[in-house]
Amino acid sequence: MSQAEWPLFEVFIRSKNGLNHKHVGSLRAADEEMAIQNARDVYTRRSEGVSIWVVQSSLITASDPQDADALFEPADSKIYRHPTFYDVPDGISHM
Amino acid sequence: MSQELSIEELEKRFQEKIDAEIKIEPNDWMPDDYRKTLIRQISQHAHSEIVGMLPEGNWITRAPSLRRKAVLLAKVQDEAGHGLYLYSAAETLGADREETIDDLHSGKAKYSSIFNYPTLSWADMGTIGWLVDGAAIMNQVPLCRCSYGPYARAMVRVCKEESFHQRQGFEIVTKLAQGTPEQKEMAQDSLNRWWWPSLMMFGPSDADSQHTAQSMKWKIKRNTNDDLRQQFVDITVPQAELIGLTIPDPDLKWNEERQSYDFGEINWDEFNQVIRGNGPCNKKRIEDRRNAKENGKWVREAALAHAEKRKMKKAV
Ligand SMILES: [Fe+2]
Ligand SMILES: [Fe+2]
Repeated sequence: MSQAEWPLFEVFIRSKNGLNHKHVGSLRAADEEMAIQNARDVYTRRSEGVSIWVVQSSLITASDPQDADALFEPADSKIYRHPTFYDVPDGISHM
Repeated sequence: MSQELSIEELEKRFQEKIDAEIKIEPNDWMPDDYRKTLIRQISQHAHSEIVGMLPEGNWITRAPSLRRKAVLLAKVQDEAGHGLYLYSAAETLGADREETIDDLHSGKAKYSSIFNYPTLSWADMGTIGWLVDGAAIMNQVPLCRCSYGPYARAMVRVCKEESFHQRQGFEIVTKLAQGTPEQKEMAQDSLNRWWWPSLMMFGPSDADSQHTAQSMKWKIKRNTNDDLRQQFVDITVPQAELIGLTIPDPDLKWNEERQSYDFGEINWDEFNQVIRGNGPCNKKRIEDRRNAKENGKWVREAALAHAEKRKMKKAV
C-alpha cells in the first residue's frame, strides 16, 4: 500500500518580488512538476505568491533540537557583536 | 553532548516550555500522549474538512446562479485545502497519511458529526456557511495559538479563509429570508434542521469531555466546549433576529445577570447516535470517501509510473 504513496514535498513561496521564499507547508505529489501545480492550487489560491519552490522533504537535512544549546548558545555570550554594546559619546551622530 | 535526562525531567521541561508559550516543533521532544492526542485531534479535524465537502458538493450542479456556483465551488475547494494542511500537520507528528485516511474509511477515526446530516434544500448551503462554518471558526480561532507549531500555523491559514465561507452563507440565508414567503419558509426550515446539530459541533458538555483538562494543560485547547458553545449562541442569536428568522429553541432567553443567552437542553442521545455511526448519512459519507479513493487509485498509480519513467529518461 505504502508503495503507491507519493513522496512528500516542502513548499516555499515568494509572496512578492523583493522578499525571500518562505516555507508555507507541505504536500504530496508524484514528481516535482506536479508538486508545483499542487502548491499553486493549495497555497496560492488568493494571490499569496509570485514564485514557488518545492523540494522533496527527504532531501532536507535539519539540525537536531537536542543540539540547539551547543549550536546557538555561543552566540548569546558574544554581545559585542551588537552595536548596542558600545558607548557612543553624547553629541556624536550618524553612527 | 546531550546528557541523558529522565522522562520526568523531560516532561517537566516540556511543560515549562508550554507554560512559557514556547511552541513545540516537530523534532522537539514531546510526551507520547501529547503526540497521540494531537494526531487524533488533527486527523479528525482533517477528516471533517474532507467529509465536509460532500454535503455541499451535493448542490454545486444545482446552484441557482453562476455567481452562487462559482462561490460554492471556491468554498468547497478551500475545504479540500484545509484537509490537506491538516493531513500535512499530522504527518509532521509521524502519522502515516494513507493509514490516517484508511482509519476514516474503516470507521475507526471520527469526524465532525454535523456532516452526517443531509442537505435537503438550497437554503442549506446558506445555513451551513452561516452556522457550521461559523461554529468551525469559533473552534478554530483559539487553535491558532495551539502549542504545536504546525497545527497553529495551519489554523492561521484556515481561519483567514473561513470568514469568506461564513459570509457567503449568511448572504444566501439573508437573501432567502428577505425573499418570497416560500423562500423565507425555506430559510426557516433549514435553520430549524441545522441549529441543534451546529450546537453539538462543540462536542460533549465539559462534565462529560474526557480530554478537555489535559488538552488545556498542554495548550492544545484554550477554551472548553461549553464556553465556545455559549459564545456561539450569544453571537448567532442576534444575527438570526436581524434577518427575521427564529431560533428553534423555546427555552432560549436573554439572561440579564449573566449577560448571555440561556438555551435549551441539547439532545445528547442524538449526538451519541450520530457519533456512533447511526446518523442519517454516516454510511453514505464513508461510502463516498471510499469510492473516491478506490476509483482514483489508477490515476495515482499512473502518475507515479509516469514520474518514474521520466526520471529514467533524464538519467540516460
Ligand atoms: Fe474548513
Ligand atoms: Fe469552511
